[in-house]
Amino acid sequence: MSSDPRVRENKAVETGIDALLARTYRHGFVTDIDSDTLPPGLDEDVVRFISRRKKEPEFLTNWRLKAFRHWLTMKEPHWAHLRVHPIDYQGISYFSAPKRDPNAPKSLADVDPKLLATYEKLGVPLHERARLAGVAVDAVFDSVSVATTFKERLAEAGVVFCSFSDAVLNHPALIEQYLGTVVPHTDNFFAALNSAVFSDGSFVYVPTGVRCPMELSTYFRINAKNTGQFERTLIIAAPGSHVSYLEGCTAPMRDENQLHAAVVELIAEDDAEIKYSTVQNWYPGDENGVGGIYNFVTKRGECRGRSSKISWTQVETGSAITWKYPSCVLKGENSIGEFYSVALANNYQQADTGTKMIHIGANTRSTIVSKGISAGHGQNSYRGLVKILPSAHGARNFTQCDSLLMGGNCGAHTFPYIETRNPTATVEHEASTSKISEDQLFYCLQRGIDEEDAVNMIVSGFCKTVLDVLPMEFAVEAQNLLAVSLEGAVG
Amino acid sequence: MTALLEIRDLSAKAGGKSVLTGLSLTINAGEVHAIMGPNGSGKSTLAYVLAGRPGYDITGGTVQYRGRDLLSLPTEERARAGLFLGFQYPVEIPGVNNIYLLKAALNAKRRAAGQPEVDAYEFLQLVRAKMKLMQMDESFLKRGVNEGFSGGEKKRNEILQMLVIEPTLAVLDETDSGLDIDALKVVARGVNTLRSAERGVLLITHYQRLLDHVVPDQVHVLARGRIAKSGDKSLALELEKRGYDWVLEVA
Repeated sequence: MSSDPRVRENKAVETGIDALLARTYRHGFVTDIDSDTLPPGLDEDVVRFISRRKKEPEFLTNWRLKAFRHWLTMKEPHWAHLRVHPIDYQGISYFSAPKRDPNAPKSLADVDPKLLATYEKLGVPLHERARLAGVAVDAVFDSVSVATTFKERLAEAGVVFCSFSDAVLNHPALIEQYLGTVVPHTDNFFAALNSAVFSDGSFVYVPTGVRCPMELSTYFRINAKNTGQFERTLIIAAPGSHVSYLEGCTAPMRDENQLHAAVVELIAEDDAEIKYSTVQNWYPGDENGVGGIYNFVTKRGECRGRSSKISWTQVETGSAITWKYPSCVLKGENSIGEFYSVALANNYQQADTGTKMIHIGANTRSTIVSKGISAGHGQNSYRGLVKILPSAHGARNFTQCDSLLMGGNCGAHTFPYIETRNPTATVEHEASTSKISEDQLFYCLQRGIDEEDAVNMIVSGFCKTVLDVLPMEFAVEAQNLLAVSLEGAVG
Repeated sequence: MTALLEIRDLSAKAGGKSVLTGLSLTINAGEVHAIMGPNGSGKSTLAYVLAGRPGYDITGGTVQYRGRDLLSLPTEERARAGLFLGFQYPVEIPGVNNIYLLKAALNAKRRAAGQPEVDAYEFLQLVRAKMKLMQMDESFLKRGVNEGFSGGEKKRNEILQMLVIEPTLAVLDETDSGLDIDALKVVARGVNTLRSAERGVLLITHYQRLLDHVVPDQVHVLARGRIAKSGDKSLALELEKRGYDWVLEVA
């Protein structure tokens, strides 16, 4: 084991945490190939190390450094309706190369039976259960052949679908052209941090006129494991193309990482369409609010071309704290932005989520449907901005924002912001708050339906308009997921 | 004759106020009973207490249903054991398809009886037949449960559910109120269809007119939380003519 020579050249960064950092670095980097993990801490050398390890071209190294320097000037945002425990950014390790965990379970028999019972309820396929539970890869051979078949079909259509790291190596021109053009490295605190230290993620390029022959999902991209806390996704739909991307997985990821700060950028050129569906079920913490993921994500799509369309659909049931606002910048004339969301906060979960629809082009249209469910001590906030710029003649927005409360200790909050600077625009906002009423519950019970099924039925009914726009197999899993997440929420 | 339902000296409070005060009533298999009475006499409370709605304190008495202690069963088990309540004000459940609720209800009952769940095709055939009887359009099935239904549609929907679930004891709480004469006939036809030697029906109503179409075996007048007078169909006619006061005076 030898220390990395670059550590000795460590240039002091003008922040007060350097002393602390220097101490950490006395031990140097662990350069053993099999266990490439940086000690906790973040400075320019860490950023350079990550970039070098990933064999990135210079432009990307410089871009990361620019982002890092900007991040140092920024403050953690606290405007959201959330209570966040202080995050120690120097206490996080920013690089851990994909490796086999010697403690990973060898087979499903070694996995926590409680976790398996949940997978069972969700109807997750067996080989996927193994993957999720972290069973060593060679035990999960099923999905390898599946993935290969899919890759061949995509290649035939000319669709590029690979990990972000592979894209950097194989399609550097596309990365240089598009990276950071929707979410600049200066965008916000977490996006800047992500830009500096992002580990991996997904890259999709759909060429002109191509309709992607299948739903793209990380499920089929097994090389994307261990993408870690700082995921970066970039999807480009060339003119006249069409792609539907499914993110996440419906089974609970027992990831103990505290902070997830991902960035997703979507670009739709003329007449192109991107549909991005998320089912997020990161570890929400236990019923007492201990543990769980902080999910601080920046997602934004730009309808760059005329008559392009970007549609976000999300079902958020996990994470201790969710802070995300998948947004659409509607530049192209006649372009369309959509946001369909179900966010659930149970136990001590907190969600502050919504969207931004920025209307720039003429006759741009946007639709927002948000369904918030609060149970236990959960706090659920919808925060949405509809902004109509002077250039957006004839722009239209429709917003519907509904909250469902279960029990007396939870909360639902709505923060709609509307800025209209063009008198020809039409903006509609509808909002409602309701409780699962004793009457509804009694009605179902009187029909012989048990309480848990009754609650699930009522909740699914409440979310129907959103679940309806999810790809079908996803919708079924999402519904199961809502049911599992609400277990014991009533009674 | 076997007693389906035997209520003895039933007393109940709601919000600290006595609503039922020693009510006794026996319904045998095959019988239709009507309960009438002025507002606030405890008619709806009786229906809710039988069905197991929360919010009522049972302060005395017993209820035997098919030989079981009804009051010790949770609401959903009472339903699965064949007790159906037709609601006076059926609640709306937005986004939940009518057909979905119907199927869940039927399957809950079948599972409890150790029967297999109903096959999707068979189920649809069954529901279509019952809807025809109730003169309901098929589009009802795809609508949310009672969502945006008119008063009359809601009542028909209650009877449709009853016909699909085929309960052993149906308690219908003012199913006839708010119906025009044509709708009333349709609802009555539904109730008459259910009548059989094994089943019992308890009709709670304000008006005699329903009883022209569903002829009861017994009519009871409920006053101040107990049965003040019982008789046959002619009692209903008499009440229609003379009102309730004379019964209350006697009681």
